[in-house]
Amino acid sequence: MEIPYTVEVRPDTGIYNAKLGIWLFLASEVMLFGGLFSAYVLLRVGAEPGTWPHGWQNVALGTTNTIVLALSAITTLLAWVSCKVGQFGRFKFFHACTLLLAATFLCIKVVEYHEHLNNYEIYLTNGQIADGQMVENDPKHDYLIITGREVTDESALIDLRSQKYARETTFQIPRSEIKVMQNYGPWHNDYLALYFTLTGLHALHILAGSIVIGYLWGPGRKLWKTDPARFTNRVEVSGLFWHFVDLIWIFLFPVLYLT
Amino acid sequence: MDAATEQFPPSHGHEAHEPHGSHKAAHHDPGFWRGYIFSSDHKVIGIQYGMTALLFLLFGFFLMILMRWQIAHPGEPVPFLGPLLEKILGQPAAGGVISPELYNSFGAMHGTIMVFLGIVPLAFAAFGNYVVPLMIGAPDMAFPRVNMASYQAYFLGGVVMLVSFFIPGGAAQAGWTSYSPLATSIPTHGQLFWIIGMVLLITSSLLGAVNFIATIIQLRAPGMTWMRLPFFVWAQLVTAFILLLAFPPLEAAAIMQMMDNVAHTSFFLPTGLAVGGKLAGVSGGGSPLLWQHLFWFLGHPEVYVLILPAMGIVCEILATNTRKPIWGYKSLVYSVLAIGFLSFIVWAHHMYLTGMGTEISAFFQATTMIISIPSVIILTCLLISLWGASIRINTPMLFSLAFLPMFGIGGLTGLPLGFNASDVYLHDTYYVIAHFHYVVAPGTLFALFAGIYHWFPKITGRKMNEFWGRAHFWGSFIFMNLVFMPMFEQGIKGMLRRMANGGANYSAAVVPGAIDTLPGSIMQLHTWILWAAVALGIAQIPFIVNFFWSIRHGEKVGDNPWQATTLEWQAPTPPPHGNFAVPPRIYRGPYEYSVPGHDSDFTPQNEPEIAAPAMPKAPIPVH
Ligand code: HEM
Ligand SMILES: [Cu+2]
Repeated sequence: MEIPYTVEVRPDTGIYNAKLGIWLFLASEVMLFGGLFSAYVLLRVGAEPGTWPHGWQNVALGTTNTIVLALSAITTLLAWVSCKVGQFGRFKFFHACTLLLAATFLCIKVVEYHEHLNNYEIYLTNGQIADGQMVENDPKHDYLIITGREVTDESALIDLRSQKYARETTFQIPRSEIKVMQNYGPWHNDYLALYFTLTGLHALHILAGSIVIGYLWGPGRKLWKTDPARFTNRVEVSGLFWHFVDLIWIFLFPVLYLT
Repeated sequence: MDAATEQFPPSHGHEAHEPHGSHKAAHHDPGFWRGYIFSSDHKVIGIQYGMTALLFLLFGFFLMILMRWQIAHPGEPVPFLGPLLEKILGQPAAGGVISPELYNSFGAMHGTIMVFLGIVPLAFAAFGNYVVPLMIGAPDMAFPRVNMASYQAYFLGGVVMLVSFFIPGGAAQAGWTSYSPLATSIPTHGQLFWIIGMVLLITSSLLGAVNFIATIIQLRAPGMTWMRLPFFVWAQLVTAFILLLAFPPLEAAAIMQMMDNVAHTSFFLPTGLAVGGKLAGVSGGGSPLLWQHLFWFLGHPEVYVLILPAMGIVCEILATNTRKPIWGYKSLVYSVLAIGFLSFIVWAHHMYLTGMGTEISAFFQATTMIISIPSVIILTCLLISLWGASIRINTPMLFSLAFLPMFGIGGLTGLPLGFNASDVYLHDTYYVIAHFHYVVAPGTLFALFAGIYHWFPKITGRKMNEFWGRAHFWGSFIFMNLVFMPMFEQGIKGMLRRMANGGANYSAAVVPGAIDTLPGSIMQLHTWILWAAVALGIAQIPFIVNFFWSIRHGEKVGDNPWQATTLEWQAPTPPPHGNFAVPPRIYRGPYEYSVPGHDSDFTPQNEPEIAAPAMPKAPIPVH
């Protein structure tokens, strides 16, 4: 006996196996990200007043990435429609676009991560705090150079929304004047911990989705010749996953960038 | 497929001519590697799961024996095994004595192994894989290769857990619940291994859950309507949904704990955390309660993952051996659905002592009481099913019958834990240990033994030896109770769990004159429990021998030795790749035993209606 309903739809449930499978999988993904979002809510609500960071993200890059993913959602849909109507050439074109957009997203993500990890908060012996991008940190020199500014109190670094255009300069800091220094990695505070964990997990999903779509676009496309219906189903199922990953970003973006 | 079913013979013979559409793979031999190791056949995967899980159960049992020795004889070297332990584990077992750190490792890993690597894989994955597709008349699971990946992830998770015993610092020590910040503060990478192992196990059960749900929804044979599903299938369906939706938040929590461990974040670490009298130097702001919420959001549904498949197994075996329909099939189905739903909103009854607030406690106290209603309905239906039956006593039936009172004790003793006021006293005492072991060990585990004895003939074509089966049953039944019953008493007297010396430092002998010390009679119970546990281990030897002996030498039986109605017994024995010689069609409910007017006392689900229009009306034979 063959396994039934791998390609055709079961009449009383109205769905084929793989599509049901991916919906169930997405339900569990909702719970996975739900767990992380609930951590976000609990930690943010429980934070000491005035300690939750605002305006720490590059909103321009974030907005670009939102548009990139929205476009990829459209190309994914069109790729599936192309299969449905039997235009394989178009399928290849649209999914090539999807893959390019995914790569763009990931590259921008890397730039964003770099911006954070290269941003240092330096407590000086005179009580001041220097904060900015590391320009030079050569162990051979007894100073380092950053581009940023000095503040007298940590609270000035928490809400940066109103300080977007604060004047930044490039200056040297002698190593002897440094008390502690830490970059803005996930260890810096809960906000960044959440930021890196949530966006990192999301980026892994983008990567996984790209691999699946890349497979269908590359070596997997042989199936189109022998069994176009099954191939179209695969495109649909991977597309559902892709749309879900896009949707997660639609939640992540306001929660991490805009509030 | 439909066309083929029409020619299905009403008899139970299977030597019938090869139907068209039967799987080609049934004809050629897939070879050892594809056939047994990297198989995607649900039956082989079921057996793989079963064997691996049984081995883990045995391993977890040995960890427990070692812990019981340490509790009864703190600081004394383990007899016989001591030198071996020292050789394998080195410093933590110096002189053959289990150090408190090693005790903690064993405790944490005993819980983890028993729950996640033993009971769940056996109850859900092994029985589910082998039996569910057969019961619903499917050729295999919906996604056979995903099924294989699920087993491989499980196996890998198990290996990671085992390896963690041998790394410097040893395995995880923070209990199977891995509460932060304790879990992040103990200087061993065992916790990291635990997390990675858990992520693999979660992946495995996720793949399994998707597969089971899709299989049950999509691959039911024609005529297998929802209300004709055997109760076991319902139980597995609900279990799969629980696994699907409750495990991911634990995965989220595991990811965050891993970040705390590796990237030095502070998800679960509060501001000003001090470890060993020194500031931990973390950024702080995290919430230890967050971990507990996320853990128990899985943890409580998980206990229903442990119990529901067991209830399903017991239900099938009771129906078969009472020769009578299950009483209240629909109540059973609705109850199990209710449990599945409610199990998601009771989790914080594990957290009454965390100071989360009285309103929240009151809410979870109420939901906890509500969820015991469907549990009691299920138990009651199963009990009433026995009423007036001419019961056939055999090993699977003995284990199933014992399940009922054992689960009853476990469930009833849960009620005082569910009430906020009484739990404040009982929390973290041996009473809790006794409570959940009653549900899981003489409860679920007995049901699993019953299932093994029951389905063994389908898998091997031979029955297990009845005499040794009964010896196994009585030994297990007696010693299981001797192990766990005294723990209620110890807990009520105030003995805390997770103490490497069994509470010696609170005993009247060590601190005479202090108030509320543990009396000598309570401390004495440790010795009893130790030897009862050893006897319980010895009582498993007949099972192990019987199991392997019967594969070759057991009494040979036909396709349907118990004369059962459900579909798995109508398939050839052992079922070939693709399961059924002819695609089955289902005509009736799962428990048509002793139907008046029928010439045998059971009517298989795939036996057509007598009044089928195509057949001439025959006079009904009179007995
Ligand atoms: C139906 C009635 C039940 C009620 C009212 C109930 C209630 C409770 C409560 C309130 C606790 C927390 C005790 C504490 O830590 O202070 C608890 C612990 C536990 N229960 Fe139950 N329970 C029930 C059934 C079950 C079942 C069916 C299982 C498993 C098959 C189970 C397994 C456990 C486990 C494993 C723990 C201990 C977890 C730990 O702290 O390590 N319970 N139960
Ligand atoms: Cu619970």
